[in-house]
Amino acid sequence: MISTTFPARFEYLDEIRDMVAETARAGGFSEKTIYSLQLAADEAATNIIEHAYAGVKNATLSVTCEIQGDKIIITMHDTGKSFDSSSVKEPNLKADLAERQIGGLGVYLMRKLMDTVRYESSKSGNLLTMTKRRE
Amino acid sequence: MEVTTQEFKHCDLITVKGRVDSSTAPQFSKELEKATNNGRYKIVLDMIELEYMSSAGFRALLATQRNCKRYNRGEVVLARVPERIREALELAGFTELFKTFSDPIEAVGSF
Repeated sequence: MISTTFPARFEYLDEIRDMVAETARAGGFSEKTIYSLQLAADEAATNIIEHAYAGVKNATLSVTCEIQGDKIIITMHDTGKSFDSSSVKEPNLKADLAERQIGGLGVYLMRKLMDTVRYESSKSGNLLTMTKRRE
Repeated sequence: MEVTTQEFKHCDLITVKGRVDSSTAPQFSKELEKATNNGRYKIVLDMIELEYMSSAGFRALLATQRNCKRYNRGEVVLARVPERIREALELAGFTELFKTFSDPIEAVGSF
């Protein structure tokens, strides 16, 4: 398992995506799936930086990547505001240009790209766990 | 991320290279606004050298498309969209909001 703590800033998204790609490549995932994993991890980290830590300085975000059997498990831990994923409405993908909302798209993409997406909040913070099987 | 703009008589051909994520999307938006602030609302976005785009980039595309299509003054069309990025755009339901071309010259000629 690889585990790294990143400053919760957008400049580190590149490194988070690299970390995910490295683990997935070593685990034999296809390049197509690796792109999906990177996108899901990026959207997850972006939400944490943007919402959980909105306005918080010097915050950090811990990311782990692990291969278990034919599955990759990505976790992200933060100590910001907790996130109620059930409060995120599914975006209306059929809405026309004027009505199209961009909010909620990140969470929607994560759910579509991964097999499972789970949020847990406790006193020690918020833990996001995402998994995907090798196809 | 790197953006270059080429002005044609009827439209601008904007080429975006590298990665567009939450870190680089503000710069990407700014480059697109340079065109629209100059009254250039007909835009071909050539994505052949784009390696990656997250929903932060999609948001910039959506805002620009809205701005360009206002009063029927123009449109953003996409050219040479890499497969992975096209798949993500499709998942987000964005492919219906943009015409796509496999050849940027054909896209330029469409205006």
